[in-house]
Amino acid sequence: MHRFANPGRFQRLADKILPWSAAGAGIALAAGLYLSLVVAPPDYQQGESVRIMYVHVPAAWMALFVYVLIAAASASALIWRHPLADLTARAASPLGAAFALLTLVTGSLWGEPMWGTWWVWDARLTSMLVLFFLYLGHMALMNAFEEPARGYRAAAILALVGVINVPIIKYSVEWWSTLHQPASVVRMGGPTIDASLLWPLLIMALGFKLYFVTLLLLRIKSELAAARLRALQAAKMRAG
Amino acid sequence: MRPFFAQVGRELKLAMRQVGDLAMVVLFFALVAALFPFAIGPEANLLQRLAPGVIWVSALLSVLLSLERLFLADYEDGTLELLVTGPLPLELVVLAKTVAHWLTAALPLVVAVPVVSILYNLSAEAVGWLMLGLALGTPSLSLVGAVGAALALGARRGGVLIPIIVLPLYVPALIFGVMASEAALAGLSAKPYLLFLGAIFLVMLFVAPLAGAAGLRHSVE
Repeated sequence: MHRFANPGRFQRLADKILPWSAAGAGIALAAGLYLSLVVAPPDYQQGESVRIMYVHVPAAWMALFVYVLIAAASASALIWRHPLADLTARAASPLGAAFALLTLVTGSLWGEPMWGTWWVWDARLTSMLVLFFLYLGHMALMNAFEEPARGYRAAAILALVGVINVPIIKYSVEWWSTLHQPASVVRMGGPTIDASLLWPLLIMALGFKLYFVTLLLLRIKSELAAARLRALQAAKMRAG
Repeated sequence: MRPFFAQVGRELKLAMRQVGDLAMVVLFFALVAALFPFAIGPEANLLQRLAPGVIWVSALLSVLLSLERLFLADYEDGTLELLVTGPLPLELVVLAKTVAHWLTAALPLVVAVPVVSILYNLSAEAVGWLMLGLALGTPSLSLVGAVGAALALGARRGGVLIPIIVLPLYVPALIFGVMASEAALAGLSAKPYLLFLGAIFLVMLFVAPLAGAAGLRHSVE
């Protein structure tokens, strides 16, 4: 991990990975969409509406994954002062917020025909909404200071305090009686979902993950470029 | 221990110099709680049912109001740098300030609940459960609020930023606090929810001073 604290080395690694992750994302999403929309069977109860699951579930997995990533980056920034950790948290936060929003919106769109309501205050939806607000607070805090370093530190501490929400979201469907269905994939005893539905779901999840990696690397690279630009401008002003 | 109590005493003395500020927090609480019946109508049954939630939210917003000043006065006049480098560990300084904040900004709200409950036609038993829930929950609100105040110290629009950071973290205490009152009024046991409030308090008692001190250190660097 600390080998890549050198921005130059990171840039070279990122440049090597990017074409692969972008191509992989494209292929996985295309294959996943084809499998989910065309090949996978409709649900016996929900009919074709079940296909929202192939966007809703990977988006939810990504929203949780990105928050854990931000928490790990925040810990790395606070404990080891890893220079790229702050940039990772900064770059990942809007992406995680977008995934959380996508989860909530697709969940609403799914809930309306299935449950008859756009929203219900059960534990899973409430904790997911809280996660979305935590992302927004993280972004707001990071950008609220004149000096960027203070923003990074404060946001890192906030991210670590809020990480308790992630297990609450994961286990909310077990600890409380919720309208949202219990876990059918990541659970003790293996997935209970049928293979014909599971494989498109996993391929879509892979596509989402690779898409996130591509965007994250691009954003970190652009943050590094912006920092270099600022440094060059400052040097030019000092010289001229 | 003596320096810790001395710090608490200092905060209390400073707060008592502007007693008007404390009165304003209680007044805000009463005003917000009085505002809701205008919005939801005067029907007594409806007000009774909504009272625990409304009073909890009013208390929450009132506590939020008083958070910005928690560290700001010391930050502006340089006392914070002395505290950071002083003999008392910064975590205990944060805890001392939080204790003083709870005593001056949250406890008066709990005491004011019986008066405000008159507006909601609450029975004496309901008022009792509400006060107990708030007494158990407001320390967590002060602790989490201290973390928010420490992190947003010196930020632009700090007054708006603190609620944005802190409100998502307030949600569990709010949920369990209101459910405790509602369970008690429905004849069920409020104990599980009160125990959860206590658990949240104990966790925040450990986490908040650490996070708050970390935030304060970065603000004086």
